[in-house]
Amino acid sequence: MIAVQTPEGSTEDARPVVQMHGINKSFYGVPVLRDVDLEIRRGEVHALAGGNGAGKSTLMKILQGVYSKDSGEIFIEGEPVQLNTIQDARAAGIGMVFQEFSLIPSLTVAQNIYLTVEPKGRFGLIGDREARRRAARVFADMDVVVDCAALVGSLSTAYWQLTEIAKALAQDARVLIMDEPTASLARHEVAALFTLIGRLKARGISIIYISHRMDEVYRIADRITILRDGKRLMTEPLSSVTPEQIVEGIVGRQVHGALEYRERDASTGGEVLLEAVDLHSGQRVNGISFELRAGEIIGLAGLMGSGRTELARCLFGIDRPDSGEIRVRGKAVDVSNPRAAIQAGLALIPEDRREQGLVLDHSVRDNILLPLLDQTTQGPLLDLGAGKRLAKKLIDRFEVKVTDPDKPVRSLSGGNQQKVVIAKWLGTEPEVLIMDEPTAGVDIGTKSEIVAIIRRLADSGRGVIVISSEYPELLAVSDRVLVMRDGTVAQELRRTDIPDEETLQLAVLGV
Amino acid sequence: MSQQSTVEPTEKAPAPSFKERLASVDWRRYIIYIAFVVVFVLFAIMLGNEGFLSRNNLLNIFRQTATITVIAVGMTFVISCAEIDLSVGSIAGLSSVVSAMTIANYGLVPGIIAGLAVGALVGATNGALVSLLGIPSFLVTLGMLGIAFGIAQWITDSAPQPILDDTFNTIFGGGDIGPVPGLLIWMALAVTVGAVVLARTKFGRQVLATGGNRMASEFTGVNTKRIKFSVLLISGTMASLAGMLYAGRLQSGRFQWGSGDELSAIAAVILGGTSLFGGSGTIIGTLVGALLIGLINNGLILAGLESSQQQVIRGVIIILAVALARKK
Repeated sequence: MIAVQTPEGSTEDARPVVQMHGINKSFYGVPVLRDVDLEIRRGEVHALAGGNGAGKSTLMKILQGVYSKDSGEIFIEGEPVQLNTIQDARAAGIGMVFQEFSLIPSLTVAQNIYLTVEPKGRFGLIGDREARRRAARVFADMDVVVDCAALVGSLSTAYWQLTEIAKALAQDARVLIMDEPTASLARHEVAALFTLIGRLKARGISIIYISHRMDEVYRIADRITILRDGKRLMTEPLSSVTPEQIVEGIVGRQVHGALEYRERDASTGGEVLLEAVDLHSGQRVNGISFELRAGEIIGLAGLMGSGRTELARCLFGIDRPDSGEIRVRGKAVDVSNPRAAIQAGLALIPEDRREQGLVLDHSVRDNILLPLLDQTTQGPLLDLGAGKRLAKKLIDRFEVKVTDPDKPVRSLSGGNQQKVVIAKWLGTEPEVLIMDEPTAGVDIGTKSEIVAIIRRLADSGRGVIVISSEYPELLAVSDRVLVMRDGTVAQELRRTDIPDEETLQLAVLGV
Repeated sequence: MSQQSTVEPTEKAPAPSFKERLASVDWRRYIIYIAFVVVFVLFAIMLGNEGFLSRNNLLNIFRQTATITVIAVGMTFVISCAEIDLSVGSIAGLSSVVSAMTIANYGLVPGIIAGLAVGALVGATNGALVSLLGIPSFLVTLGMLGIAFGIAQWITDSAPQPILDDTFNTIFGGGDIGPVPGLLIWMALAVTVGAVVLARTKFGRQVLATGGNRMASEFTGVNTKRIKFSVLLISGTMASLAGMLYAGRLQSGRFQWGSGDELSAIAAVILGGTSLFGGSGTIIGTLVGALLIGLINNGLILAGLESSQQQVIRGVIIILAVALARKK
């Protein structure tokens, strides 16, 4: 049913711009890619999907000249090429829009676009004015307005991305690799990005689109290639596969309603665990009050900048409240720093796991044990054996896939890294868990596992606050949804009062 | 074709053979130990006739390395916390003169206390400025380098302060316990305590975590300000101990003692495999790093090289070792 061969001749102008054939790659004897084929046609949006660790990023890094392949061939416009360096790939017309933007904040937009390929001005010096003129032309072709003389650091992430795209186009990229391009965009910015992608397609530029978000893939991609365990599973036009097939292909098993809401009866009548009373903090938290009961899951919905993250920071003592009160089990607590919050029984899974959640170069075990050092000391010394056992227990309990807990956490996939953060925090046995975007950049299999963990926690009588920009997931877990706007709770909805995603979306937009 | 769509069982990778395991050993991590052995063997062959292998010469290497090692132990805490302490050399000098002057006026015990207290005080000042005001430690300790050096010179009028108290001179470096030089014991003590604290205590783990990712550590409930304060306090105190070891060995306090030691200590720490960017550090590595520097100094002197030539060769060896140890 699902053919491995690419169906031929679906469109007239289907000449492949990029052909990767029989690509193999191993790291330290562990095969990461096995005989992978990928074919990108002119002017198509080609979605690349797969779980964390399926080999997507390795394959893309080979195409970008970052890694060298062990075997296999790459053809650009039918010509065999060797992509040994990033410069080779760039010369071959491969452009990358980085997930973590590769821009230098202290330089201007134009300077960034022409970094290392600066146009020459008079006397062979760098011609900043010429760079600005050319950059303006690139943006004009993209049909967007960006101030080329502005410092990148002063612009919002949406403009960073536009600059990234312009940077690739300025170097005559014929293929653009976009890795989770909508991850840091607001909804209307996503729409603008998709319009732009449409325009690029019309110019014959091909786009390799990596995303975990199924709705986006269906909106803009023409074909999809799914990788699993380093092998290509299928390449199909999106018109001929169902979302279920894709999800099943990525996960490798049937997922039935993992992201569906399940009626939970623990949601009412529990003791009030956490209470915020007229909380004010900085610009973004302007008088927030709510109660969280034992066994309850509250979802926080809202646009970027609506104060969700700031509320979490305030509750966890990272930012001090200017006024108002935080009560745990009815008692006012002074959470002036994270230590006090932990003491009061709170835990926060922060928004940015790499920056705020993990010490990337330290081992999985050391990361898990960091908040638990008191549990593994004997007298003044750390009890390494006890630490090992405790870490092992948590790794098993949260099914972190790791061959060796001594490996640095950096070597894990995004989903597994997130599980390490979760394991580390749940080891502290918090009564209230606050999770800020717990499934961002996590594959769909891990996503459903995290959803299950959240439910289990609430079932065991703890309170959970989930912040998420992904509505399906928010609706899957929340018993109540607080819609935030301008630092206040604009609306409080019981889950049963939200029939579908659209209703929530409208509530968030305040329509 | 159809079987391709069924789920394949994921085969488990076979356990690696001994050979594969050997090949996967990251020998770059052990480069400092390899370098130490290589240099030692080289000197033993080339300088055997010069008395390199004599008991006395080998003990001399330890004696000459002791003060640097003591400073470098403190420095390991600072660097693995992603900070730096440039003031240690001056603190050693200041402690030596304060200790000497106090002994002359008030006796042995007040002298020891004053010497250590002055280092702790300067270290605490460094720590407070870094953690409370958020000034980069590079700048704070660069300023403190000048301040401590200046004060030491000022209060002594640039004059050496002789120490006539034999007990002090015996305890801090002059004496031997049986066949073992006292300096060696101080060095072993500093290394042992330092190694245990860094590797096996909650505090040590939090130092490494703070150096590895300050924000994540703070989010995890580590009091990173206190950690930063503490490492600079430790470093200052260790530097003052080193200053008193100078004073005891040379039977006088002098503002120049320890001058320039900050660079040797930093070199020893980095040679030993501690990351210059924080997050990882080993005291044993630091010890071997310090010994390697001492070994090179000693060998080059025995070889009869001019001090100018020694400096060049020492620099080359340090760069070489770090270059070989760097991650790809």
